[in-house]
Formats: sequence, C-alpha cells, structure tokens
Amino acid sequence: MELENTNPSIYNKIKDRLVLPEEENDDVRDEFDAREIFDLIRTINDPEHPLTLEELHVVEDSLISVDNHKNIIKVLYTPTIPHCSMATLIGLSIRVKLLRCLPPRFKVNVEINPGTHSSEHSVNKQLADKERVAAALENSHLITVINQCIATRGI
Amino acid sequence: MGTLKLSETLSKHVGRVWNVAWHPKGNAFASCGEDKTIRIWSKEGSKWVNKIVLTDGHKRTVRSVSWSPCGSYLASASFDATTAIWDKKSGEFECNATLEGHENEVKSVAWSKSGNLLATCSRDKSVWVWVVAEEDEYECAAVLNAHSQDVKKVVWHPDNDILASASYDNTIKLFKEDALDNDWICMATLVSHESTVWSIAFDKTGSRLASCSDDLTVKIWKEYPPNNSEGVPTTDNDSTWKCVSTLSGYHTRTIYDLSWCHLTGLIATACGDDSIRILKEDDESDPNAPNFSVICTTECAHSQDVNSVTWNPVVANLLASCGDDGTIKLWNYIE
Repeated sequence: MELENTNPSIYNKIKDRLVLPEEENDDVRDEFDAREIFDLIRTINDPEHPLTLEELHVVEDSLISVDNHKNIIKVLYTPTIPHCSMATLIGLSIRVKLLRCLPPRFKVNVEINPGTHSSEHSVNKQLADKERVAAALENSHLITVINQCIATRGI
Repeated sequence: MGTLKLSETLSKHVGRVWNVAWHPKGNAFASCGEDKTIRIWSKEGSKWVNKIVLTDGHKRTVRSVSWSPCGSYLASASFDATTAIWDKKSGEFECNATLEGHENEVKSVAWSKSGNLLATCSRDKSVWVWVVAEEDEYECAAVLNAHSQDVKKVVWHPDNDILASASYDNTIKLFKEDALDNDWICMATLVSHESTVWSIAFDKTGSRLASCSDDLTVKIWKEYPPNNSEGVPTTDNDSTWKCVSTLSGYHTRTIYDLSWCHLTGLIATACGDDSIRILKEDDESDPNAPNFSVICTTECAHSQDVNSVTWNPVVANLLASCGDDGTIKLWNYIE
C-alpha cells in the first residue's frame, strides 16, 4: 500500500505519569482526568506508520477534556495531513479504545481538532452517529484493523 | 408539571436494546437489539414477562421491529441487510418470509394502515415499498432513491398510503403513489433540521408530523393542502408541509426517537442524555404557530442513552422505553 503521508513529523513522548500514593488507595474516590484518558489512547498505533498517535501528535493531553460531573469526555485529534483518508479510522480506534476501557456512564465525543482536516464536518458526523459506529464494529474486516491499531506493541 | 412513574424494568436482552413496539391491541410488545434477538412480552397477572424469543432470524443487530395493523405479523429490520416477517400461523412464531434487496444495513421497517404495504429503509440511502401480494409473498413496488444519505426511519401516515422517511441528510421526505402511472414519487422534502433526523411521528389526524434530530431540536410540521385558507402556496396539487414550531434548548444530546400519542396528544422523546421528556401542546395554541412545552423531564430514565420510546396505543399514558443500558422500562405518565 502506498503511504499517504510519506514523511510525517515525529515528536517526543511525554513523561510517564507519576502515580500518587492516594491513587493506589482503593478507599479514595479518584475522578478521571485528561491525563488518564490520554494514557489510554496515546499508545494507539497509526494505521500507516509504526508509530503511536502520541508520537505523531495526533492526540495530545491538552486536547482532552473530562467532565466527571456530567460524565462527558471530549477528545480532539489532529490528523497528520489535512486530506488524511485514515481520519475516520483513527477516530474510530480512539472511540473503540475508550468504549472498552471506560465505565459505560461516560459519553465520549471524538472529534477532529477544528481546522485540521478538509472533511472535518463529515468525519465528525460519522463518528458521532452511534448507529453507524455500531454497524461498523460488526464488520469483521474493520474490527480487525481497529484491533491492530489499538493493540499495544511490545507487550 | 407531570411525573413519569416507573412501573417495571425488564432486563433480558444482552447489550443495547434498540427498539420497542407495542402490539396494536396494547397487551403485548416486541423488543430487539444488539444481541440479534427479538423478544415478545405480554402480561402475566400484573407483571410483564418475556415468553417468546426469536433467535434465528438475523445474523446481525436487529435495529427495529413493527407489528402489522391486524397484529398477526411482526416485521424485523436488521443490520444483516434483510427484513424478516414473522407470524404465528403454525401456532408458534416463525419467520415465513425474508425481504432481501437492500445493499447494507436496514434501519427501519413500517406497515401501512391497510396492512397491504410495507416500507423499509437502509444505509444504502434507499427506501423500498413492498406490496403484500399473497400469503408470505412480498413484491417490491418501488425503490426510492430520493435521499442523499443513510435513511434512519420510515413511518406511514395514520390513514392514507403516504410514507414519511427521515435521513442522515438532515431532511424528511414524503412519498405517495402517483394515481396516473402507479409510480411512487417524492411529493415533499421537509428542510429545516441542521443534522441527522433520527425519528418522525404523525399525530392522530396525520395532518401534522413531529421530528427529532441530532441538532437537539424537535420540530412540528403542518400540512397545508391545496387552496388552504392560510394562503400557503402549493404545487402540483400536493400539500405543502411547513415547519410551524421548533423546540430547542431542552435536549442536551442527540434525540434518537419520539412518539406522538394518538390518545392523549402528548409527545415523548428519547435522548442521548439518558432522559425521557414529555411535551404537551399549550391550550389555545395557534395552529399555524403552535407552542409545545416540556411538561416532564425524567433524568437518568436509563443509565445510558435512551434509544426508543413508544406510547401504548390502547392504554392512555402507558409508555415503553429502551436503552443502551440493555433494559426496557415501562412508565405511567401522571398529570
């Protein structure tokens, strides 16, 4: 397969999160924060390159917001190029990863970082349509590809 | 303000429940979901029980179910691109016909009032009209390609053979059979929603239609027939449908379904914010600019998105709902 973006910029990974003692204490109520959501999605693989979404700056922890009270999580992601045909697949991978990892009370919105993709509106609309997402996840070929993106390397 | 009182929570489905549909007699209902099953529920004493499970009809999610007006047939629409017709002629519910032709997921199925016509719609952007030819024989009478995107819902007019469809292309379309050449034609396109129209429902008279959308609004549309006294222009002797009311500011996420009760006139909505809301038309509301108010909001009606709501056709104020939390709930609306 021919690569769409042959020479993407690669960025450094951010440092691992320091785990505070109270986070390991099961008696302390610990709310979700943007950094924890980031840790769940930073290792997702790019469909084209042997690199993570973090290394390509597709996901950044500053573009994640969490409202524990309203149970809403919003993730903005930045495709590497404005015409990236993988944009929907990347968004789906983020959605599926969070769907599997988070408690069902959360409403997850995954959207393209405004102004970074030529078909931003239509990609966002598709990702927000849970019926189409559900149908896509019943497609065995697609779910195989998504699982490959989500699978963490080297573990 | 009224209240919605929970009378029962039913959890037999595994995973998301997409749709619930009352039997026309009001004493049973069908449900369907992600687990590929269709369940039929009826009352035993004061409790609703699930005695019938239809498991072998579909290979993928069952998205919607619909009873024929006579109550003898049940149609089920599935992501496996087929629609199955079930009946009890042998004494047990069996699938005696499978309608094929859509290229991918079938999203909705509906019977006309006469029971002679059936409509299906799909992600393939088309709406199909089927004629009930003979016993267990269904012929495709029309393939309507008027929508430019995924079609979410089909609903028949309560009295006439007029079909309404709602789509991801943000529009609602109305279809009828042309008397001259028996061709099905699109007679109106209702444009006003700014995102996917998920569901539509006619009022009792069929002269008004309610719609709900991903744009977080509910809209009321009114029919203006040719030579209407309001002077609304019409073309080709077809009625004009105008949006006469928009209810915004109440729903905080996508509105997936609504049901307009033909007994009480109340509208119930199913929302992605887990709530069920009841809307009522104000007394002495202007027919050309009606005012609807939210008279009841039940927050956390389900613990996840509410996918479907439907008023019982016989017992006033009895509402069934289902959601992503895998449950079906029965409610009584108390004024």
